[in-house]
Amino acid sequence: MAEFVMPTLGADMTEGTLVQWKKQVGDRITKGEIIAEVDTEKAAIDVECHANGIIDQLLTKPGEKVPVGTVMAVIREEGPPATAPLQPQHVAPQPVLRQPIPTPAAKTVPLPPPSGRLRISPAARKLAAERGLDPTGLTGTGPEGAITLEDIARASTSPVDIATPAGTAERQARMRQTIAAAMARSKREIPHYYLSTTIDLSRALAWLTAENARRPVTERLLVSVLFIKAVALALKQVPELNALWKDGEAVRSERIHIGTAISLRQGGLVAPALHDADRAGLGDLMQHFQDLVKRARAGSLRSSELSDSTITVTSLGEQGVETVFGVIYPPQVALVGFGKVVERPWVATGLVIARPVVTASLSADHRVSDGHRGGLFLAELDRLLQEPQTL
Amino acid sequence: MTTIPSDADNRAHILRLLGEIAPEADLAALSPDVSFRDQLDLDSMDFLNFVISLHKAFHIEIPESDYPKYTTLNGCLAQVAALRT
Repeated sequence: MAEFVMPTLGADMTEGTLVQWKKQVGDRITKGEIIAEVDTEKAAIDVECHANGIIDQLLTKPGEKVPVGTVMAVIREEGPPATAPLQPQHVAPQPVLRQPIPTPAAKTVPLPPPSGRLRISPAARKLAAERGLDPTGLTGTGPEGAITLEDIARASTSPVDIATPAGTAERQARMRQTIAAAMARSKREIPHYYLSTTIDLSRALAWLTAENARRPVTERLLVSVLFIKAVALALKQVPELNALWKDGEAVRSERIHIGTAISLRQGGLVAPALHDADRAGLGDLMQHFQDLVKRARAGSLRSSELSDSTITVTSLGEQGVETVFGVIYPPQVALVGFGKVVERPWVATGLVIARPVVTASLSADHRVSDGHRGGLFLAELDRLLQEPQTL
Repeated sequence: MTTIPSDADNRAHILRLLGEIAPEADLAALSPDVSFRDQLDLDSMDFLNFVISLHKAFHIEIPESDYPKYTTLNGCLAQVAALRT
């Protein structure tokens, strides 16, 4: 048996609302398939399943808001039906009261328990206790008459709480709150240090212009994709920046998933991941980036895109910003910022000439790396951008 | 017989494409000679997507060096009219 739990889609997520199941009991599902649509504080997300099998139980109803880690569904490997009731290890759903709905009376004809022992899952027992119900007086509709969460919910005199779809203003307010919570946590827990360097972009931009001239309009590149790819490759030289802080220590990530900060048109931002950015060619990375921006703004991101980032890159140059002093998104341990590409006097071979430059900055966790290593990272970033054809 | 689209047709078409990129924008209030970036808060990704939309909708080639000509509504109308005749 595998459990599908409310996933955490970022450090700022503590709960989510099930919008709809994309699979029903009895459906076959494979790893990576979308099992549910979940509404977070930021957006509605298509959540992927991490197991192969048959949907055995759907424990959460559309509209219910449940904490991260709550078992929402049970998936069994293909074979005979399950004979044991759910044994969840997480807390039962504790919906936030929004709008009560009538609870239908239990009409299902249950199977009697095979013995005198009460068959009830721990989650259902806990919910029954919280709602003041004596489960021994209930009839279960689960396997072999086991009492399920649904049985408790139906029998409870307190309504099942349903979250209403959030309006734009409400979503903006909630998004602001969740960003504030994550950033406050970051500043409270992470000893940031900041470094920056000015990078001559004349070679990179000349290469980009020539490259785009030979590409059809649908396949052209943005300079921000060069930045993302250069960051991904530079991380190979300083891998401690590509890590997550877990249980008091940094755990390096074998793969490089670049979280790209994307501002939403209604306000707020998300930072979905460009998976394996170090291995993708620039053309593929650009296509993926375009798709990610489009779906981020349309509210159709996947759960893995919101939970897999191992470092974040943010570009604020289009807002006129020259230098970014970023706040690390926990549990990541670094953030790379890019400012506006500007022309500045530049000394080369004894001459002062105008060159397009960008300020790249690094915000890093001093528990994990120090300024020396951070400096090496920025130097490598600079070196890579002087050889754009190698990206 | 092929009918050549009027300026009004092209204008409506371009506004429709802009609406897909900035759905929250009040396009009726768009000033035709002020840049989209200033009025609609388009970033470089939005602008690239807009150029791609123009390319697909009007079957015109738009080299990167011509991007500045497409930054306003009147600029787009002039380019579309010139390239489609």
